[in-house]
Amino acid sequence: MTATDTKTSTAKTGTKVMTLLEAITDAMRHEMKHDDRVIVFGEDVGKKGGVFGATMGLFDEFGEKRCFDTPLSECGIIGTAIGMAVYGLRPVAEIQFLDFIYPAFDQIVSEAAKMRYRSGGEYTCPMVIRSPYGGGIRGGHYHSQSSEAYFCHTPGLKVVIPSTPADAKGLLIASIRDEDPVMFLEPKRIYRHAKGEVPLGEHVVPLGKARLAREGTDVTVLCYGSMVSVCEQAADEAQKAGRSVEILDLRTLVPLDEAAVIESVKKTGRCVIAYEAPKTCGYGAELAAIVAEKCIEWLEGPVIRVAGFDTPFPYALEHLYMPDAKRVAAGIEKTFVW
Amino acid sequence: MSLELISILDKDGLAQKGKDPNLPAAELQKLYRLMVATRALDDRGLALQRQGRIGFYLQSTGQEASHIGAAYALKDSDWLFPAYRQPGILLLRDVPLYKIIAEWFGNSGDTSKGRQMPVHYSFREANFVSISSPIGTQLTHAAGAGMAATIRGDDTVFMSFCGDGGTSSNDFHTGLNFAAVYKAPVVFVCENNGWAISVPCSRQTASESMAIKAEAYGMPGVRVDGNDILAVYRVCKEAVDRARKGEGPTLVETVTYRIASHSSSDDAARYRDAKEFDAWKKKDPIGRFQLYLKHKKLWNEAFEKDCVETSKAAIQEAVTKAEALPMLPPETMFDDVFMNVTPQLKEQRQQLHDLMEKGGVGADVGAFPL
Repeated sequence: MTATDTKTSTAKTGTKVMTLLEAITDAMRHEMKHDDRVIVFGEDVGKKGGVFGATMGLFDEFGEKRCFDTPLSECGIIGTAIGMAVYGLRPVAEIQFLDFIYPAFDQIVSEAAKMRYRSGGEYTCPMVIRSPYGGGIRGGHYHSQSSEAYFCHTPGLKVVIPSTPADAKGLLIASIRDEDPVMFLEPKRIYRHAKGEVPLGEHVVPLGKARLAREGTDVTVLCYGSMVSVCEQAADEAQKAGRSVEILDLRTLVPLDEAAVIESVKKTGRCVIAYEAPKTCGYGAELAAIVAEKCIEWLEGPVIRVAGFDTPFPYALEHLYMPDAKRVAAGIEKTFVW
Repeated sequence: MSLELISILDKDGLAQKGKDPNLPAAELQKLYRLMVATRALDDRGLALQRQGRIGFYLQSTGQEASHIGAAYALKDSDWLFPAYRQPGILLLRDVPLYKIIAEWFGNSGDTSKGRQMPVHYSFREANFVSISSPIGTQLTHAAGAGMAATIRGDDTVFMSFCGDGGTSSNDFHTGLNFAAVYKAPVVFVCENNGWAISVPCSRQTASESMAIKAEAYGMPGVRVDGNDILAVYRVCKEAVDRARKGEGPTLVETVTYRIASHSSSDDAARYRDAKEFDAWKKKDPIGRFQLYLKHKKLWNEAFEKDCVETSKAAIQEAVTKAEALPMLPPETMFDDVFMNVTPQLKEQRQQLHDLMEKGGVGADVGAFPL
């Protein structure tokens, strides 16, 4: 299957229960086996297998040419990945924490994102930047940020965030096969908490298609990554008050499955957007604007954002900073009583 | 330690004993023609900007030996990750003139589809990778492409350029460090022309030279007279050969001078000493190479006339052809953001189309604010 197909494609070879982290490793192993252009590199990804273990076993299986450590330089990891992609490889570069990506920001937004456009399509940059994002691991503000909005604001980048093990595998494979640069952001809080059946072998989930995580009739909750399971708990809570909640897991922020968002909000007439990043100018602001532009006649209440606060990510008070099920449930209620 | 400034041509245009690379006569004349044509192209580019026919121009005057000599050391299958002052390489690699000039006009003849300011070329046919304006970023790309070639077992060599200002960028450090660590087949050419817009080289570094920085990265550094095409060629050829043999990268500093202002938007007279300028003008790389050819009986007035007139005529013909090409259709703005146009871009494209059809939006575009 190619990256342009729009349906999930899975080999009928059975499934296995995996954590989200194991599913990510499985995706890279699958792609490295089937395409020798795919190489994996970054800080500590070789013998150690990554600080979270995402590249565990790849060094042993594929050797140092295909899975290797780099000098401690995010700018260098991304800058060299661009050179490799332009030359014809399919680099999968790991940035150890999304908080450390800023030295590479120029390379990502000025170079990778613009290579196809500025060369009139002569040169392209098919590469994946994998990076764990988000809080909930007591990492303080340099191991917890959710800075997806910066990248969504840059034309030329795709931004993908999985929430389940099966999606993590299928979306990562689709990202590696994509012809454009993809930011693949991994919710580190649920690396090991999220467990589920993952198809063995080929499993591709197309970019740009949202997942209906729960069907409901009264209110739509838009979310992604680690917020999906939080929103599911909030929906259970709201159910007790008689609210039927629909949850849309966006999976891909760019390109967004706008049709799915609009269809759901038109059906329910209410919309809550949950995200972990600082509220102001976060991705939820974009979603709220889309709903305002395209669903105004169907809305029966205000569009509500439940997000992180506009503070740096706090170490000791992260449990209060990050939206939890109660906060999302309060947001849901606000769309009814306002 | 101190690095010697390598040169071959002495002040009388003679090759120093034992140093002449002894290139065949036809090749020497070809190099001379390329230098003359590159300067003519630059003169025409600036003139078109002054006439308001293109929006911007950036000259390489005075640096013809530096970049043509360096790239001449490569095979055509080798790749370039250039900065923005190496137009002679396009002529060396036989990119049709009208395509180069169409890039200035940013019209339908432009291979990069009018997406960038003039002189930010991309020519896949010449293995000349798209130029960007941020300084130094291409150095790290070259390191990565070199790593990729090593992984694939190709014998491609990569040459990347920056200026003296570029040595202060993050990517100068990053690109050289990665290339050295992985022994990537890269030749880094720093064209030290003395000035980064209005900031002199002395404000970029306290090092005694740029080439000496190579030592810290664990690669050879060579300092060469950048206005001496034979010397630039010779040191770059050695660097290219080393790279191809798997012996890793080299940093070459070509010591030269930016004769023109930084760009058509700059006036160097405001910040540069006239004496410095006059001294460098006397070391003109074309004049020095001309003397050498004269000694070899490969240059006379008739040859000069032919070089100048042939290149001017070819440029004139190319300007006429390029300028007449139609503008890019508006919908092309939405192409090449991604391989496939996303639903969001499709919608925006339609919105623009409707506004143009119904409201006359964009009817008065096209003029450059001079």
